[in-house]
Amino acid sequence: MKARFSLLLGAVSAALVAFALTSPHVVAADKADPVADAKAFQNFFFQKFPNVKHEDFVNGPYSMNDDMKRQWQEKEEFPPYEFALDAGKEMFATPFKNGKTYADCFPNGGIGIRQNYPYFDEKEGKVVTLELALNRCREANGEAPYSYVKDEMASLTAYMAFTSRGKPMDIKIPDDPRALAAFENGKRYFYTRRGQMNFSCAGCHVQSPGERIRAETLAPALGILNAMPIYRSEWSGMGTTSRRFVTCNSQTRAVPLEPQADEYRDVEYFLSYVANGLPISGPGARP
Amino acid sequence: MPFVLWNAPISAIATIATTPRNDALTALFRIPVLFLLLAIAAGLASPARAQSAVADGQKLAFDRGKGNCLTCHVIKGGDLPGTIGPELKDLKAKYPDRNELTAIIFDETKRNPQTMMPPFGRNRILTEQEISAIVDFLQTL
Repeated sequence: MKARFSLLLGAVSAALVAFALTSPHVVAADKADPVADAKAFQNFFFQKFPNVKHEDFVNGPYSMNDDMKRQWQEKEEFPPYEFALDAGKEMFATPFKNGKTYADCFPNGGIGIRQNYPYFDEKEGKVVTLELALNRCREANGEAPYSYVKDEMASLTAYMAFTSRGKPMDIKIPDDPRALAAFENGKRYFYTRRGQMNFSCAGCHVQSPGERIRAETLAPALGILNAMPIYRSEWSGMGTTSRRFVTCNSQTRAVPLEPQADEYRDVEYFLSYVANGLPISGPGARP
Repeated sequence: MPFVLWNAPISAIATIATTPRNDALTALFRIPVLFLLLAIAAGLASPARAQSAVADGQKLAFDRGKGNCLTCHVIKGGDLPGTIGPELKDLKAKYPDRNELTAIIFDETKRNPQTMMPPFGRNRILTEQEISAIVDFLQTL
């Protein structure tokens, strides 16, 4: 029994060594080039929709349809996310039990920094999103983490996005093979078909933006996260980037990951990086 | 006359079904007879069945949890259609062989790897019977 176990262990570790030896070659063969990817990604949308102003893509379906855009602009006078924004502002200013605040956890006191998230943390070797950083801030200060998908988390990110409105998305990929791997992994997740419907993220949001599924207009992938978090009439409430990913997966009958799973963090990294230069527009409102 | 035709096989089936099975030998004879009678009954009922298959097919094609064809295709009789796929009309002229339509619904990625269309048969979103009913409906468009 023991011999068999060690044999198995040997086989597994041999496989792991073989994988470790071959995988860098695979990456090298692919020649990951995020700069070229972002350029190609943006040009695809600019050419597909020559009449849409570049900074307008961050307004999702409203950039695709003039009637919808007019209705939305009227709605923006009393936006449905306003209550969340006000709540977020108050929460942000309220000290934790230990007297510290969110401002103590972020550069520039957390104001006007949303465009730098997610970032690659070289100490951790992983992507850190704004939602993740907010919960880590809470936990570091002895507070319980919030649900990632709505309510308080949506309010806090709504306020932080609001302080960054108009600032161009500015995601960096440091000179670290792990950062490049995270970008490539997010890209792979984005283009891979999955679930009973056999959809990829790209099928709807690259191949078909502007098209309708029944009455709903599909948003372009370019700048889709710049508007987060969003008030969705369909949800009758606010939702975060995490909520968007989880519901996209479940609506297409794929198995959703846990919010802030590594793959979701990577796909957020990929999607945000290819939207570099486009303004933050969150919090947003969507049908 | 139709009454006789309808009732004869049905009562025959009923008789067979209620006859006590005494030994294996008679049971062996009964089975093919039963199938024959069922086949006759099915043949007689076919116009009505085809009609209900078309109605079922339309229901499945519009049902969000089933075929949900309307989400992507314009279909006569359906409100708020989507725009991703082509309008579904003149399909009998376009696909005289119903097997072609069946194959598209079963797994369109075989013909077109880039398609958005879910592989309804391969991924068991619809059963074979459900696909067949939808094909019946599509052929009326």
